[in-house]
Amino acid sequence: MTRVTESDSGSDGGLSPVSPPRGAIIGTLHSVRAVIARRELLQLLVQREFKARYKDSSLGVFWSLLRPLAMLLIYYVAVGRFLGAERDIPNFAIYVFAGLTAWTLFSEIVSSGAGSIVNNSGLIKKVDLPREIFPLASTGTALVNFGIQFAVLLAATFLTGQPPRLEALWLVPASVVILTTYAVGLALLLSAWNVYLRDIQHLVEIALLVLFWASPIVYSYSMVHNLLQGNWLEQLFLANPVTPAVLAFQQGMWSSGDLANMPESLPIRLLITWGFSLVVLWIGQLVFSRLEGNFAQEL
Amino acid sequence: MTQSTVIRLENVSKRFVVHKEKSIKERLVRPGWARKFREDFNALNEVSIDIESGSTVGLIGANGSGKSTLLKVIGGIIEPSSGRVLRKGRLAALLELGAGFHPDLTGRENVYLNAAILGMSRQETAERFDEIVEFSGIEQFIDTQVKFYSSGMYVRLAFAVAVHVDPEILLVDEVLAVGDEPFQTKCLDKIRSFQHAGKTIIMVTHSLATVGDMCDRGIVMDHGTKVFDGDVSTALHTLRDVFSRDSEERHAAPAKSRIDGVRLLDSRSGAPVSTVVDGQSVQLEVTVSSDVEISDWIVGMGIEGNLGQAVFGTNTERLEVEVKPFIGTRTVVFDLPDLRLGTDRFTMHASFGTIPDGTFEKLPQAVAFDSTDGSRNVGTLAVNASATVR
Repeated sequence: MTRVTESDSGSDGGLSPVSPPRGAIIGTLHSVRAVIARRELLQLLVQREFKARYKDSSLGVFWSLLRPLAMLLIYYVAVGRFLGAERDIPNFAIYVFAGLTAWTLFSEIVSSGAGSIVNNSGLIKKVDLPREIFPLASTGTALVNFGIQFAVLLAATFLTGQPPRLEALWLVPASVVILTTYAVGLALLLSAWNVYLRDIQHLVEIALLVLFWASPIVYSYSMVHNLLQGNWLEQLFLANPVTPAVLAFQQGMWSSGDLANMPESLPIRLLITWGFSLVVLWIGQLVFSRLEGNFAQEL
Repeated sequence: MTQSTVIRLENVSKRFVVHKEKSIKERLVRPGWARKFREDFNALNEVSIDIESGSTVGLIGANGSGKSTLLKVIGGIIEPSSGRVLRKGRLAALLELGAGFHPDLTGRENVYLNAAILGMSRQETAERFDEIVEFSGIEQFIDTQVKFYSSGMYVRLAFAVAVHVDPEILLVDEVLAVGDEPFQTKCLDKIRSFQHAGKTIIMVTHSLATVGDMCDRGIVMDHGTKVFDGDVSTALHTLRDVFSRDSEERHAAPAKSRIDGVRLLDSRSGAPVSTVVDGQSVQLEVTVSSDVEISDWIVGMGIEGNLGQAVFGTNTERLEVEVKPFIGTRTVVFDLPDLRLGTDRFTMHASFGTIPDGTFEKLPQAVAFDSTDGSRNVGTLAVNASATVR
């Protein structure tokens, strides 16, 4: 029942330090344990976001579908039809929607996560909580949104008679895991920096805009490949961790594409990207725990 | 319950760095200047405190003396710059009521959310939900969105949640100054019941009466340093010394008019007294002097009880004494015949000022004396009480 860990009753008669331990490994383990101990709160915070967001609207959760649908329409009409991307990409609507779904997951975690500490300053200044919980609650909200959007995408693939290919379906969870890991790492890092430097929030908006167009979402990878012919610029393009993850997601959900239309050795690239995103996550956590001690006074 | 230390602070210091500029532009344009725009501020200075379980501690001090920072350090909200904070047991911090309430959610949803924030599991909250709502007294609005609540209802619900977390250590920061009087009484009663249950309470308040009433230990903070730690009445006296020193600093320049001396004398013999028995007549003699001519001047006096509560007070204006303008020295004698005070320690203050210029000088504890009425009754008043059984 007691929530505060009453650790080993050593020489201090059961007293335990209030400040979390520092250090790369012990500190990380400690904060992971602290977050797990408060998972009910995490769940409630995600619920709070959802309930509060649609509380007084008559359409409710339906709104979280309308935005991606509107984006789909815009990209389908403007990029697909007018600019002619449709000619090279069969079943363009599904392609764009798959890319958008994966991208929205990433961008929502990063952008709402980056602002999460500042937006919850009232709580952080007054209550002792594991602060990681706020970027994680943003992540939870984004994942739920993603789930809804994914259900729509799945329905659309069946309605258009293009259900996902079973042999490529494993790429979808792989992509989601990579995107989430990478985005949570960035969210931790940015949310902590944002406390000290409020410019981060605005910087994130621009960076996400650039990253969106730097990822093969509304155009295809083969377009880039045909233009760059595998030179260093293309390697740079592929080094963007979002790119392989989005490509993998599209491969899993968009069955009209042919698997040859891919950079070589996508699985290896995915593995490397995942490794990289884990490092980002760890660094993000380290920076976060370094900076969190002063959150209450800087906010 | 055995007395064991539940909170230990070891040489805790907290230094704030106050940045004056926060934008990238400022940092890029003049990186070297960044240091110039920093200001160090010592909010806490080598504070060491041990707090035993079951005690009620009042943290008192002037504004900005570091008491709220100290409370936040104990609560783990602010990390100390150096030193260690050790703690044992579940802690609830009532630093701000309703922190974490979301205006768009209903009262019910907010109760669950706020309880989770304070560390309760969903099951525990469900078990105590009815109790919480009953305590708050807003049953009929529990499914209304919190944004439609009046501020009083908001605070009631928040306090109800906070006290039902059932903490072993409770931190209270000025939160009792809200709500209407019946609810405040209810809050204080709840805190008293915490005391009876052997919980540890640490409170920050400016209401010295509350401290005197509820705490069994007082810690006086002054400019980030612990200046006193011990029994409440001495703590309150220490704090009054701090206040009067501060006001002396403010009035340091024009010491042209001042109190030269205060004496408590027996009316009959004229000899100074330090013990007053029931029914004794005494005189308080206040000598004042002024280098410039002053008119409309007032000399005041008062008796304070052991915890600083006012027992009696008067001044030359209230007594309609005719004062003539003067330069030099005057002595005002207050006759206090047939004084009937209970068995306790008392202090007397004396003050000197004019109607247009305010107080020149106030001596908060000009004289101290013990009083005894020869009975076993308690309180500041001597009453020749008796009781019969019918």
